[in-house]
Amino acid sequence: MIKMTSSVGEKEKFVLVRQNLEEAEKIEKKSISFWGDAFYRFRQNKLAMFCVFLLLVLVAMAIFVPWFSKYDYDTNDLMNTNQPPSAKHWFGTDDLGRDVFVRTWVGARISLTIGVVAALIDLLIGVVWGGIAGYKGGRVDEVMMRIADILNGIPYLLVIILFMVVFGQELWTMILAMTVTGWINMARIVRGQVLQLKNQEFVLAARTLGASFNRILFKHVIPNAMGPILVTLTLTIPSAIFTEAFLSFLGLGLNPPLASWGTMANEGLPALEYYPWRLFFPATFICLTMFALNVIGDGLRDAIDPRLRK
Amino acid sequence: MLKYILRRLASILLTLFVIVTITFFLMRIAPGNPFTSEKRLPPEIEANLNAHYGLDQPWYKQYAQYLVKVATWDFGPSFKYKGQTVNDLIADGFPVSLYLGLEALFIAVFFGILLGVFAAVRQNSWIDYSSMSLAVIGISVPSFIMAAVLQYIFAIKLQWFPIATWGSFKHTILPALALAMMPLAYIARLTRSTMLEVLNNDYIKTAKSKGFSERVIVYRHALRNSLLPVISYLGPLTANIITGSFVIEKIFGIPGLGAHFVQSITNRDYTVIMGVTTFYSIILLLAVLLVDIVYGLIDPRIKVSAKEGV
Repeated sequence: MIKMTSSVGEKEKFVLVRQNLEEAEKIEKKSISFWGDAFYRFRQNKLAMFCVFLLLVLVAMAIFVPWFSKYDYDTNDLMNTNQPPSAKHWFGTDDLGRDVFVRTWVGARISLTIGVVAALIDLLIGVVWGGIAGYKGGRVDEVMMRIADILNGIPYLLVIILFMVVFGQELWTMILAMTVTGWINMARIVRGQVLQLKNQEFVLAARTLGASFNRILFKHVIPNAMGPILVTLTLTIPSAIFTEAFLSFLGLGLNPPLASWGTMANEGLPALEYYPWRLFFPATFICLTMFALNVIGDGLRDAIDPRLRK
Repeated sequence: MLKYILRRLASILLTLFVIVTITFFLMRIAPGNPFTSEKRLPPEIEANLNAHYGLDQPWYKQYAQYLVKVATWDFGPSFKYKGQTVNDLIADGFPVSLYLGLEALFIAVFFGILLGVFAAVRQNSWIDYSSMSLAVIGISVPSFIMAAVLQYIFAIKLQWFPIATWGSFKHTILPALALAMMPLAYIARLTRSTMLEVLNNDYIKTAKSKGFSERVIVYRHALRNSLLPVISYLGPLTANIITGSFVIEKIFGIPGLGAHFVQSITNRDYTVIMGVTTFYSIILLLAVLLVDIVYGLIDPRIKVSAKEGV
């Protein structure tokens, strides 16, 4: 008797769940992709998000201010030279009476262009060079990396200085000079990544299926190395902006009346004691941009590979 | 070990050969001849000058002669300063630059490590946050802007230090600080991240469980192993300080080799540019070699003799 009741009680405790395989297999939440996850972590980083915002503002100002301003970046106004900041000239005027506010944003265009284009060219050469060296391996790798090593033995800024002296002070010579040895860092990083990835199963699978070298490298390997590549790219831009400013400071910048942040800082330096705003504004924006890009680069690295969090 | 050093020296010679060759041919295709900026010379005198400097010879003879001269440590005459050789300029300017560079190196390494250790030991405290914010700012402010800011605040406004020129120890403080700031920030970040890794090691836990004080653990046990990345950064640091000295010496009016070099760029004094470039490359390559040897001696896990050359 006791046994009976107990077994009945036991049975009543359990309710048969209706078998519904489709229901059971349903994914309740949207699956998070690698990049979704990275983006989520990046968004948690308030400082990095602020820097993204800051950078967007800087870019927007660089695009729109020179369009809408009533001043020209290269129109002299010799009656109003070296004016301090005022309602009329927000950032004051320089020694030729040019509006520093407009010049700052025209300079932003040039400095940012140099930074981005140089970084992109580095990216292109670096990915191809590092990718081929890493994937082919053996003799090819050795020769390619030895060439990179020898180029890298030449001090970076010295090469750029030589190039600027020889080929003249134009926008494209400056970008070209920066990329002569600038791509090596990217090539090394890509090579390291490719070495790690090339023996993994998915690459083997692609090879077995007869995918061509190009397809494996650019469709399978490189996309998986995108994280470190992106971080390196972000950190290359501020160093290119720095290099531009550095060259302008040595008198190897773009020819006047063109303005970049570097040339403006160079022109402002001798006037530091009496007209400090002429150096202050371009210098501040160089620092802000470099700061923002450095923080974004750090944030990206943390977001993409949390183990590397520094 | 000896074999390793010899192999490295051979590779340094190869790199130097490439550098000398590149600079030689770059300077040859540079616009204008060495005498263009002066008054138009009668053709006879120009021919005499060319003959005097060996410029009337075909390029391969000039190139061979230049190689031989450089190999015997003779960088030739300056074209702009009559009677001065490039060797004179180096002998004149390098001691000053060396003094300034070593002072900056000391500041960067000492305070960089200190800041990094403090930040790591008190991870996620206000000390950590403030020193790392300081480090990001240090990385984002180019040395010449730092120099201008220091000069403006401490020399012009507060008048604690002389504004420019070279003389007493007091003259060296501001330029050395400006030169050291970026590497200091970098070393601080580097030290912090390796220190954090090292502090998680088992042997640190052992030391803790044995009851050593925190000070002993940090400075006796952990610090030694945290310094390895800093040591390998000393090579790039040398390059950083050399190129930084160009602008810093210009801003502070210091008669160092960097200032001479910038002057030679402005003057398009090609032999000086070539000679000083080669000289800086030698210093840099030797510094990198020295760092690698020291690294091998300090860390027995790295067998220099077994490592690949370069």
